[in-house]
Amino acid sequence: MLTIKNLEVSIDDKVILKKFNLEVKPGEVHAIMGPNGSGKSTLANVIAGREGYEVLQGDISYKGKSILEDTPEERAREGIFLGFQYPVEIPGVSITNFLKTAVNEVRKHKGLEPMPAAEFLTLLKEKKKIVEMHATLASRSVNQGFSGGEKKKNEIFQMAVLQPELAILDETDSGLDIDALRIVANGINSLKNKDNATVVITHYQRLLDYIVPDFVHVLFDGRIVKTGGKELALELEEKGYDWIKEEVEM
Amino acid sequence: MLKKNIYDIYRAHQNQLLDGFPEHVKQLKKTAFDAFQKNGFPHNRLEKWRHTDLSKVLDHDFECYFEPEKKHIDIEKIFQCELPEMDTYTVIQYNGWFLSRYSDLSKLDNGVIIGSLNQAFKDYPDIVQAHFGKYTDINSSAMQALNTAFAQDGIFIYVPDNVVVEKPIQIINILDAPHNAFVQPRNLFVVGDNSALTLVHCDHSLEHKLSLINSLSEIYIGENSFVDHYKMQNKDADSTLLTTINAHVEAASTIAANALILNGGIIRNNINVKLNGPQAKADLKGLYLVDKHQHVDNQIFIHHAVPQCLSNQLYKGIIDDQAGAVFNGRILVDKDAQQTNAFQTNKNILLTDEANAYSQPQLEIYADDVKCSHGSTVGQLDPDAMFYLRSRGICEHSARMLLMYAFASEVVQTIAIDALKERLDNMVTKRLKGELSICDQCMLHCSEKAPDFLRMDIKPLV
Ligand SMILES: Nc1ncnc2c1ncn2[C@@H]1O[C@H](COP(=O)(O)OP(=O)(O)OP(=O)(O)O)[C@@H](O)[C@H]1O
Ligand SMILES: [Mg+2]
Repeated sequence: MLTIKNLEVSIDDKVILKKFNLEVKPGEVHAIMGPNGSGKSTLANVIAGREGYEVLQGDISYKGKSILEDTPEERAREGIFLGFQYPVEIPGVSITNFLKTAVNEVRKHKGLEPMPAAEFLTLLKEKKKIVEMHATLASRSVNQGFSGGEKKKNEIFQMAVLQPELAILDETDSGLDIDALRIVANGINSLKNKDNATVVITHYQRLLDYIVPDFVHVLFDGRIVKTGGKELALELEEKGYDWIKEEVEM
Repeated sequence: MLKKNIYDIYRAHQNQLLDGFPEHVKQLKKTAFDAFQKNGFPHNRLEKWRHTDLSKVLDHDFECYFEPEKKHIDIEKIFQCELPEMDTYTVIQYNGWFLSRYSDLSKLDNGVIIGSLNQAFKDYPDIVQAHFGKYTDINSSAMQALNTAFAQDGIFIYVPDNVVVEKPIQIINILDAPHNAFVQPRNLFVVGDNSALTLVHCDHSLEHKLSLINSLSEIYIGENSFVDHYKMQNKDADSTLLTTINAHVEAASTIAANALILNGGIIRNNINVKLNGPQAKADLKGLYLVDKHQHVDNQIFIHHAVPQCLSNQLYKGIIDDQAGAVFNGRILVDKDAQQTNAFQTNKNILLTDEANAYSQPQLEIYADDVKCSHGSTVGQLDPDAMFYLRSRGICEHSARMLLMYAFASEVVQTIAIDALKERLDNMVTKRLKGELSICDQCMLHCSEKAPDFLRMDIKPLV
């Protein structure tokens, strides 16, 4: 589904990702862990098509085709979803209006008519339940004045509405209290099926108690330096990153 | 060229310009022309006019209208409007003159007087003379001096004490001239105590020659009253629109002014408010959406003359292509005006490298117990917000529309009359999409079969 080969990415002439490789198949859950500044968000942004990054080498292909030339909206319409580490506040644009526009633009791309208003409202109502989102939140401006946890819930709410095939969730667990973490994790799990894939970027093994990964990758200085099963996350939690650093330096 | 000819034009028509006015008004008009003559038309070397250039316009010749149109004007024929959702009382100004359809001056059952200022000088000399020219400083502004010297007619509205005028009064300013036209309407609105008035002011051109409008409205608001003033400006690129509102606000009264500027050649709006009684309030808002070579300039001056007043300014604009915007917000708080609250915000979005915006706050505060804030920004659409929207499948164009609409709607959403809000909201949306014609410029729905010349060369803002 997603194949990243030998990717090298720079921003402002600083190389962030180097010789990066990753293969994600339908139905899989991948966890990416790594110290601050190792390039996790960079990877997520490059997959989603954010401007400002220069791909110096390598390729990202999705469903068998290179997507490097595609705009962010084209990638989204093909089923890629990015859950932001820092969701953006957009004053004046209500969540409802924003999602209606998004849903209908994706439908238009697929040659479908706009979703009837009643159906759309039912959809929102249903999806709000998944993340136990407060009813009034959706009428507010996108993320404006939301608490850290509400912003993260809102990301998963959008994911639930848009039903992506490949979700990349950048630290969706940070800033959540214990209950919210469980709710968000359950939300992610309930959206999971054999045809879609999830990449979770996280610092904490705790999330992986809920969302059990098939693979755990350690990103260090722009490269994946170690890949293992879910027990790797436990090991990292226990020992920190120093032993990995040492391994890499050797 | 008008720059040079104006003196000859004045001399040739001086008698007409003074005709019928009481002696002291004649004197005022003469003094005003002397004041104008000292420095002539404003130019770029003046600090207040540094960023707004009239020189090209003033190089042209213009005709003035020293008499009302004599031939019968079938206004319904040239200007067909209907208003299903908003009930207004419509007043028409034709080439600067009040257009009499029934009578020059009407007195409604509730004592409200609406009509020609020229006629009001004759019929209601006490009211007019108590206020005419009283809120205008002819020595501070050449254009206000010139308007005073040339003023012959305009709209007069009088609202007595204890009257809430339920229907908004809509003033439609129609310019219908086969030549380059220079008009200087002069309006006077007098509102008594415990009263309320809503004014909707629209400009409409029927011909595509150069036009220069220099209008001045004086507004007096007695105690505990409310005046809500809306101004719609959607003019063609050949028009220069210079407007001034001089408002005098007494205790516990409010002036709310909303300017919606959607198109125009050069537009400059001056609003001068004197808060003259405790708890008086000025609430001024403006939205400008300009592109191509359009230029818009908002000059606001709020004078807190007494304690406990509140003023609020919110001006926002989106500037595309080579268009330019100027905002100058001056707040003066007198020494005795304690417990003053004065706020000012000006935000600009530039869509191209060539678009430009100048924003200048000017605070002069002589009291010590004052809450005052000002903020101005000039920037692009937030790239993070753009990416966020696009990452959800929304195309670049729609994402820009959403962000621009959100930016603009902060101003539109504050409009108190629902029907008007809806209509303006719709116009802003159309403007952003590039679907606005000048036929849309009045609050009213023009007939579907609007003549071709009402359709401007329009393009989307994005
Ligand atoms: N616009 C930029 N200009 C210069 N350097 C940048 C820019 N954006 C990111 N970087 C740098 O790239 C490196 C990787 O950043 P990135 O955000 O991908 O890290 P991360 O792994 O997501 O970290 P965290 O765990 O703190 O979220 C960092 O050193 C960061 O400072
Ligand atoms: Mg990050």
